[in-house]
Amino acid sequence: MATPVAELPAAPSVRRAGSFFWGLHGGDKPAFLITISCAAAIVLVTCLLVYELFVNSAVSRHKFGWDFLFSRVWDPVAGQFGALPFVYGTVVTSALALVIAVPLGVGAAIFLSELAPPRVSDTLTFLVELLAAVPSVIFGLLAVFVLVPFLKQIEPVLRSVLGWLPTFQGPFYGFSLFAAGVILAIMVLPFIISISREVLLAVPTDQREAALALGATKWESTWQVVVPFARKGITGSIFLALARALGETMAVTMVIGNDPKISASLFAPGYSIAAIIANEFTEATGDLYTSSLIELGLVLFALTILINGIARLLILTTTRRGET
Amino acid sequence: MDRLLIRRKAVNAVMLGLTGLCALIAVGVLVFIVGYLFYSGGSSLNWNFFTKLPTPVGESGGGMANAILGSAKVLLLASLIGVPIGFLGGVYLAEFGGTTFPFVVRYMTDLLNGVPSIVIGIFAFTLIVLPQKHFSTLAGGMALGLMMIPISLRSTEEFLRAVPVSMREGAMALGATKTRAIVTVVVPAAMQGIVTGIMLNLARVAGETAPLLFTSFGNRFWSPGWGQPTATLPVMIFTYAIAPYEDWHRQAWSAGFVLLSLVFAVNVIARLALSRGGHQRR
Repeated sequence: MATPVAELPAAPSVRRAGSFFWGLHGGDKPAFLITISCAAAIVLVTCLLVYELFVNSAVSRHKFGWDFLFSRVWDPVAGQFGALPFVYGTVVTSALALVIAVPLGVGAAIFLSELAPPRVSDTLTFLVELLAAVPSVIFGLLAVFVLVPFLKQIEPVLRSVLGWLPTFQGPFYGFSLFAAGVILAIMVLPFIISISREVLLAVPTDQREAALALGATKWESTWQVVVPFARKGITGSIFLALARALGETMAVTMVIGNDPKISASLFAPGYSIAAIIANEFTEATGDLYTSSLIELGLVLFALTILINGIARLLILTTTRRGET
Repeated sequence: MDRLLIRRKAVNAVMLGLTGLCALIAVGVLVFIVGYLFYSGGSSLNWNFFTKLPTPVGESGGGMANAILGSAKVLLLASLIGVPIGFLGGVYLAEFGGTTFPFVVRYMTDLLNGVPSIVIGIFAFTLIVLPQKHFSTLAGGMALGLMMIPISLRSTEEFLRAVPVSMREGAMALGATKTRAIVTVVVPAAMQGIVTGIMLNLARVAGETAPLLFTSFGNRFWSPGWGQPTATLPVMIFTYAIAPYEDWHRQAWSAGFVLLSLVFAVNVIARLALSRGGHQRR
């Protein structure tokens, strides 16, 4: 009585004989080949991107070598190019953005995960995630016409509160490192909030209950138990925000003031890597000029890849969701 | 002892209040942005914006009809490049896969996703604009298409993985080949999620400006075909906002209003559809 078993494999073979399609393992082979070639295309494109950046910056790399990173002269007329002012502007604005956005973001994430009722928390998170969808050029638009005039107006207040710091000296131009840092802070805030909230929600309830059972107040259990438990993931979200801030172009270009100088004061105008590429790439004349700008792109690429890698590693170890 | 308790309770109340304040500020910023854009953009929006070409400097009026069409064309090209590659790559990762190669693919995808948009612009420039020696709609579409690949791949993979194994087994038990099971059972089951993922992805790249600056460049007139520079909404907002003309600023606000409305509409619809569909993920 083994007939059913014996007959079953016969059915596909009849169909297989019928057409070319079935000859290829019922289409499995071509499907596999098509999908794997698309996957391979992605690998290829990414490698090609690195290769193109590398090859097209050759002229500048050969001429300046490592000095490119440490020279503070940017003089297209004389053919002298150095990355330092732009690296400085990029790093300073991103750092300022984090100084503002991290306390705000982590605070808001704590509220959303620990305090707010689920309904309220979901609604607010939805709104915050919408904020992440706002295109950067629109942040730029608001920064130019709303934020900069506003900062100019509250300048006396800023000066009286922060004026004792060496980083808030000299005249305030409105279009400055400071304005760029503030708009960047607003732009990275949603990333910090939504990822930190998720990481905090992933902390087991036992942890909270144990702390509360020991007599801790809600804040004590949150700050001394829940937050340390989620520390790695929160740090990851901060690094992710940092990577965003470093590579952000439009909003920064519109308010940073576009002046390739290194000044200690945040009130002074500056320049960032992304901003100079955006402003000068189409106007660049000559191989050396273009290739210097592409080398700046390479520097920016290396910087963000590094930071992104750290971020993903940190988030991956705390939640199962490393991609964003 | 009692004093200490009071202090602890006070700290508790103050700190918890502060976290609430943080959340309020974050949401307040959003409300302000939307409100301000509606107020300044909506009030200066008129029919000419959608139907007229930009006027020469100094002449008021005119619109951004060419930029709206240009954005649509660039986005169409971008989806033609980004969606199929991302989708099929996602199918590979979720359905076929192996051990080493999928790891490489995922790693490279994450890498590509983390590349700053301005660097993608440089890449498209060296790849297409440099050999062709002119800016084009094609180059712009290529740049945005590259940006779409990682997210469409990851969202496709995620939604395919959410389809229960039993459905695949059911299809195969009925005699379907693996491919047939994927095409007729697994992908349709994940379709809603995949489509919303693609919509969100499209909304994200629709506002990208940096990669278009030196690929599709800009154009004061219509751009027939795919081989010429074209105006796009985000680039128009940028150029108009930093120009010193009052009338241009007004139009930049209108364009920002239109762009943000589109992006928000897609986001709200997509997210509602996702939460209705019973998926917990984005």
